[in-house]
Amino acid sequence: MQVSPVRSAAVNQPATVTEVQVGIADFKVASQPDRLITLGLGSCVGLTLYDPSTRVGGLLHIMLPDSTQFSDVTKPAKFADLGIPLLISEIRRKGGRVSNLQAKMAGGAQMFSGLNEKFVLNIGERNIAMAKRTLKDLGIVILAEEVGGNRGRTMILDTENGQVIIRTVGVQMKVI
Amino acid sequence: MTEQGVVNDIHIDALQEISNIGLGNAATALAELLNKKVDMAVPKACFFDVEQVFLMVGGPEEVVSCVNLNVEGDVPGTVLFIFNELSTYKLVDMLMGQEVGTTTEMDAMCESAVSEIGNVLTGSFMNAIGGMTGLAMNTSVPMFAFDMFGAILSTSLVASGHWDDKVLFIETVFFQEQDEISGHFFMLPETGALDRLFEALGISEGV
Repeated sequence: MQVSPVRSAAVNQPATVTEVQVGIADFKVASQPDRLITLGLGSCVGLTLYDPSTRVGGLLHIMLPDSTQFSDVTKPAKFADLGIPLLISEIRRKGGRVSNLQAKMAGGAQMFSGLNEKFVLNIGERNIAMAKRTLKDLGIVILAEEVGGNRGRTMILDTENGQVIIRTVGVQMKVI
Repeated sequence: MTEQGVVNDIHIDALQEISNIGLGNAATALAELLNKKVDMAVPKACFFDVEQVFLMVGGPEEVVSCVNLNVEGDVPGTVLFIFNELSTYKLVDMLMGQEVGTTTEMDAMCESAVSEIGNVLTGSFMNAIGGMTGLAMNTSVPMFAFDMFGAILSTSLVASGHWDDKVLFIETVFFQEQDEISGHFFMLPETGALDRLFEALGISEGV
């Protein structure tokens, strides 16, 4: 592998805020001043959990509501029911306090127009409902949400202050 | 054979050839619809892991239009026809007989225009493959979205249930005089569907 001079110069720059990308059906945990970002939520639901005392936060990109309907659960972070407990244990491992956790949610949209029976069983709505139920069972409060509708969203958690930024096509950025 | 990673070069060549014929047919249909000559660059066909597909077309936040159709019959699956924002507006202008550059945002009229184009393109693509292989393929009424590529792709994958499979990706460029329209064609085949396609082409085993 070739290391270019440009690259080594970049390494010497002062440390700034790192933006950690969270892929689909994945989760990541970070602490201040870093940011967690997930791009292009459609029917998927983005869930952030944040502990304001330690400023540790996590972001989960949920694809499907319920793992019990599937025989193959090789990627548990895909599901709301399995992914949320996984995210919580990772936050605990990174020093966050579970009793302090505050949740924020975005996504769960109905992306397509035109009727099709496969979309009548609206996955977005089911993702939202299952995430809420799982959080309730765990006693975690949902502070804010930006869910439903028919637009895709990008979600960013700022671990500095727990703010969640929502980007939508053709609409001004929103902070929840 | 269509287990992950074992689609071989001969299969890719066959899919490349099918894409060429299918999209050639689609370009002809587009020309008829626009009543203008439409040329097409030789399409590139590839198989990709789903994670890689999210990085295509311009990335998850790229604004695109998407026509989503279900394919029923011998090769069941989901087909997505995707145009980037600029190509979408150009298509609308061409269909409406306006000067290219007139359309700068989507409305209901544009949606139905692009949706219809996607429907025609996919239908003629499928007909070409059907005619060549003798396989029966019917498409459903199209669904439409105009939004972030990542949001559209993930929603389509979830709805079709093909999350863990590989995706057949065909990229092409249509030309209408000096105007270029780049189209991205995705096929999310159901398990076993591609085997039937390869079988019909006589390349199912021992290659």
